[in-house]
Amino acid sequence: MELLTNLTINGLATGMLIFLLAAGLTLIFGLMDVLNFAHGGLFAWGAYSSVWFYALTDSFVLAILGAILTGVILGFITEKLIIKPVYGNHVQQILITLGFMLVLTEMLKVVFGPNQIAVRTPENLVGSWEIGDVIIIKYRVFIIIVGFLVFGIFQYILKKTKIGLIVRAGVLNKEMVQTLGINIKNVFLYVFIAGASLAAIGGALFAPYSGVIYAEMGMEYAILGFIVVVIGGMGSFPGSLLAAILVGLVGSYMAYYVPSLSLAVNMIIMAIVLIFRPQGLFRAKG
Amino acid sequence: MNTLLKVDGVHTHIKQYHILQGISFEAIEGQVSVLLGRNGAGKTTTLKTILGLTPASQGRITFRDIDITKKPTHGIANTGIGYVPEDQGIFASLTVEENMKVAMRKEDEATLAKREYILDLFPDLKTFWKKDGGLLSGGQKQMLAMARAFVGNSKLLLIDEPSKGLAPIVIEKVMEAILDMKKHTTIVLVEQNFIMASRIGDTYTLIDNGETVQSGLMQELIHDEQVKRKYLGIG
Ligand SMILES: Nc1ncnc2c1ncn2[C@@H]1O[C@H](COP(=O)(O)OP(=O)(O)O)[C@@H](O)[C@H]1O
Ligand SMILES: [Mg+2]
Repeated sequence: MELLTNLTINGLATGMLIFLLAAGLTLIFGLMDVLNFAHGGLFAWGAYSSVWFYALTDSFVLAILGAILTGVILGFITEKLIIKPVYGNHVQQILITLGFMLVLTEMLKVVFGPNQIAVRTPENLVGSWEIGDVIIIKYRVFIIIVGFLVFGIFQYILKKTKIGLIVRAGVLNKEMVQTLGINIKNVFLYVFIAGASLAAIGGALFAPYSGVIYAEMGMEYAILGFIVVVIGGMGSFPGSLLAAILVGLVGSYMAYYVPSLSLAVNMIIMAIVLIFRPQGLFRAKG
Repeated sequence: MNTLLKVDGVHTHIKQYHILQGISFEAIEGQVSVLLGRNGAGKTTTLKTILGLTPASQGRITFRDIDITKKPTHGIANTGIGYVPEDQGIFASLTVEENMKVAMRKEDEATLAKREYILDLFPDLKTFWKKDGGLLSGGQKQMLAMARAFVGNSKLLLIDEPSKGLAPIVIEKVMEAILDMKKHTTIVLVEQNFIMASRIGDTYTLIDNGETVQSGLMQELIHDEQVKRKYLGIG
């Protein structure tokens, strides 16, 4: 019981972190048809900047806000300089965003030093609750709550606001949206910035969770993000949440019960989904 | 007789293909101008070129005396042009209400009044107001596409083959609706169904191989058996 609870909470927490990464990727792909391999770089920058802001302010709230600010600025720069010139060309997108990913990674080393950095859990989130024999680590619960909160906020924006409506319409038919008088390029920019901020929040939450941050972490997690986008259905926000939780939970159980399979299992899930539902669990387009 | 839209010597290239090779016609305010021509003549491309979706490589398009030839699509739409594409372009997983809402720039009284008017014209849309656009019948999708273009505050509607794939009784409804909408807006209509075209068109422009062949009053074309046979394969 205790073990299962812990594995589940751990899996959910990991799932939420992957969701924050995948959410931006799926929106950017769904709406803009852009393959953004630099997305993990924004996750890593979110982690580093939150640690920097935390050291400066001693407030985890400000640290997360600092990460969001970093996400907004980097998102703006990335869309304007890197993505905009390659709309509509997947090969160029892959090449230029992979290149930019390396630049973002190297820049982290230049700014924050080449060594990995140890991170402490914020003071008021340290510790655990004991319920019977079950010990629940507070910070993991915190990640799960923030993940659902972010999902709720974005889902509200997508479902209930005019800009959200325009984004959903744009995912379905860009050309039509433009003929209705909407400047899709502005919408692209907002969505890209929103996606970058989500990745940065993910990075900020990841830092105390893993206890250590390093420049290459973005690359590692971006791969999980891509897997989740494919499983969830490209362009589907709820699909990403579900797929991320699935990958998080299965990863957590497998790491304990069948550790030899824990790396391969994500690929296996993806392959199974692709065989039975090539469009992913949720279908956004069509 | 006010010229609302003037297309003047327009050429369009798509990739390496020279699709439009000299299209010229005018749309007079308050009238229905019909573009006629065989399949593949360039009618759809003409509408797309007006909207900047396949921009003109040569020539000039003016709308309400504004040169829109080089404007981006959303800018052209915002000068007051609405589009009903051949495939209707319904947002399948958005409800009827949401499909309309994307098009409504404002929700002021004038726009809401327009929406009221168009929903009275297409009561089916009211019935299925909360239903996903993708679940509508072909005729209802056509109605939604027309209603959506209409509430976008358009002074001019470009409608591409609204009768395509519809049952005769539905075609009748769509035709009645276009005649009613004509009281409020100017219309450029692409229509292969000559019976429909001749009943609602005021003027026509004949397109063949990407070029304007001739334009004139619909009344005159109805009796011109030779032209009808040569370019439309009828009569
Ligand atoms: N994207 C495209 N690429 C290549 N050729 C095209 C494209 N779109 C249209 N065409 C060609 O342009 C010509 C005119 O097409 P279109 O304007 O759709 O004709 P119509 O609407 O009169 O049937 C056709 O020969 C068609 O094959
Ligand atoms: Mg056509």
